[in-house]
Amino acid sequence: MQLSKSDIIRQLQKEVLAIQRPHRQSGSSLNTGLWEMEQAFPGNTFPLGAVHEFVSNAREEAAATNGFMAALMSRLMQKGKNTVWISAGRTLFPPALHLFGIDPDRVIFIDLLKQKDVLWAIEETLKCSALAAVIGELKELSFTESRRLQLAVEQSMVTGFIHRHNPGRQNNVACVTRWRIRPVSSDTGGVPGVGFPRWKVELLKVRNGKPGAWQIEWSAGNFRQIKQNLFSIPDFQKRKSG
Amino acid sequence: MPRRYAAIWFPQLTTDRWVRCNPALRDVPFVLAAPERGRMIIKAANAAARTRGIHVQMVVADCRAIMPALQVFDDEPGLPAKLLDALAEWCLRYTPVVAVDMPDGLLLDVTGCPHLWGGEEPYLKDIVSKLKGYGYDVRAAIADTIGTAWAVCRFAACAHIIEKGGNLDALLPLPPTALRLDKNIVDRLDKLGLYQIRNIVSMQRKALSRRFGQALLSRLDQALGQEHEVLQPIQPLQPYIERLPCLEPIRTAKGIEIALQQLLEQLCRRLAKEEKGVRKCVLKAYRMDGNVQMIEIGTSRPSKNVTHLFKLFELKIATIEPALGIEVFTIEAPVVEDVPATQDVLWDFTEGGNGTAVAELLDRIAGKLGVQTIHRYLPDEHYWPERSVKLALSLADEPQTAWRADLPRPIHLLPRPEKIEVTVPMPDYPPMLFRYNGMLHQVSKADGPERIEQEWWLQQGLYRDYYCIEDEHGARYWLFRSGSYESGEPEWFIHGFFA
Repeated sequence: MQLSKSDIIRQLQKEVLAIQRPHRQSGSSLNTGLWEMEQAFPGNTFPLGAVHEFVSNAREEAAATNGFMAALMSRLMQKGKNTVWISAGRTLFPPALHLFGIDPDRVIFIDLLKQKDVLWAIEETLKCSALAAVIGELKELSFTESRRLQLAVEQSMVTGFIHRHNPGRQNNVACVTRWRIRPVSSDTGGVPGVGFPRWKVELLKVRNGKPGAWQIEWSAGNFRQIKQNLFSIPDFQKRKSG
Repeated sequence: MPRRYAAIWFPQLTTDRWVRCNPALRDVPFVLAAPERGRMIIKAANAAARTRGIHVQMVVADCRAIMPALQVFDDEPGLPAKLLDALAEWCLRYTPVVAVDMPDGLLLDVTGCPHLWGGEEPYLKDIVSKLKGYGYDVRAAIADTIGTAWAVCRFAACAHIIEKGGNLDALLPLPPTALRLDKNIVDRLDKLGLYQIRNIVSMQRKALSRRFGQALLSRLDQALGQEHEVLQPIQPLQPYIERLPCLEPIRTAKGIEIALQQLLEQLCRRLAKEEKGVRKCVLKAYRMDGNVQMIEIGTSRPSKNVTHLFKLFELKIATIEPALGIEVFTIEAPVVEDVPATQDVLWDFTEGGNGTAVAELLDRIAGKLGVQTIHRYLPDEHYWPERSVKLALSLADEPQTAWRADLPRPIHLLPRPEKIEVTVPMPDYPPMLFRYNGMLHQVSKADGPERIEQEWWLQQGLYRDYYCIEDEHGARYWLFRSGSYESGEPEWFIHGFFA
């Protein structure tokens, strides 16, 4: 009886997932190479065709966040599609994208002045299914606005990354995940110099999944999880608002 | 349809203009003169002056000797061109194809126009009488070819309308100058006693070509209609134009949308037939009160996609003020380009990489936010970080050189380096401590230096020694020292953040 109950629950979960993401294509999945991180997502695969939210506070964190997003993006761009990077006051240096496995000439930058225009451009680009991914750098994002973005990607199945630098408040948004990326000391194995970029990746919120935190390194064009020191779930997860 | 051309000649263009501006000069002998080799040479003389024996190219001092009362004014060099341009504009009422024929004439392609004036005779009469009314001395002629019309208008005594096929008869009695020949050819013909075209036409073409060059034959053929001659119309033809008159004046946005949709469909149907695409498109709305409202769009690659063009226009429909209502809509494509037939194939081989969709998206963004907001970068062969990328000019630009992967470059580069305070062991070591924005950072790991020299052919200045730095919290920075310790205290800057 017990067994069948858990079976039923698993079956129901699958059905609910299928209802929630009706356009999900079986072929398109993102192989991050991070088995443990992928366990946190519903269906054990990185959600594509959705909007992900990244939050950063300091400039160093913003750089780490953009690096992590670029690394994820490189996995999405392997099919020869373009990506669009929309921002106001961009400091991103295109040649560095090459170190994360992206041809910088395949990224189209849209540099705007007003947040309102940024939002409009993000929504418009998310509707274009010919793109691999859209990255938007924003400060504030209200729930309504995030809902609009989510609706746009549900039609086009484009993956959107919203990077919120120094948000005024951490309000609730309709994105599937919320991430926070922080740089941590690299490991060079005793050799002098700076090692590969290494981040503490915190998945603060994920719809239908388990939040978590990992240490991830980007080395030689691949993600690598650093196993030795696992992180506990940060304490603000306990807050319901998350 | 056999073509008909009109030539208009203004024998006294500049002096007529002077009289028109100063009516008091009408019967006064006057000349326009300009300095040439230290003397004042007459460039134009009016009728009153010419009757006293004063001609163009005479020296003013000589003329003054003949006639002390002669008035002399300065000649304005660019005036004929300006006048002819204005007159050509004016002539657009007679035909859409008007060309300026420097230095003193106009050429009109009147094919299919004269019947609106009731035939060629009234048509020509109308042109001449109107221009005469403005005070210009005018002669005009209509013929089958530009060459004949030009010759007849300037050299024939009478019969200014040459019937179809009458080219040769009309030309025979005229002097060779009427063929628009170079002066030296005319002089040579003159020397040989060939005073009329009739003498030339009967000669062997080979002999003519050997003696006078190909120019004479080609002019002759043009005049006789055996060689095609093209006009350079002042207003280029706008063949890609569609027009939609409305039964009732339109005042709503929905109405404008419907009109736009219809016009675009007509335009694109034609473009598709001719394998062309729009680069620039203008919608004009003619209002009842005479005002013309206009919206314009541009595309980044030729497009004949109705939905795409409609979306571009849609963003701007709100700027049209219908006021009392719009009577007529026209859509015009001033810039069209060939759409290569292979385009679809070219773009579809990358799996799902639909270039057209991306181009259309960028058009929409450019339409609303401006084309200067869209950037794409290609590698440039410079080590200096600020110069290591260049803007791609179009969506199809490919990098000429590969992106460098061997040098560490920060993911965030500050638009201009910011000054920092450092504690650093001499001479070439990375800093131990640095203070940026009031925060003290302890350096735990460092790489470098990577020296980047100024490119002296572009800019003078100090070289930079770059260090990759990791602080005690794991944040990574790109710092540099500007110059060396030999020239006093070098300054340190932060230039970027690594991921």
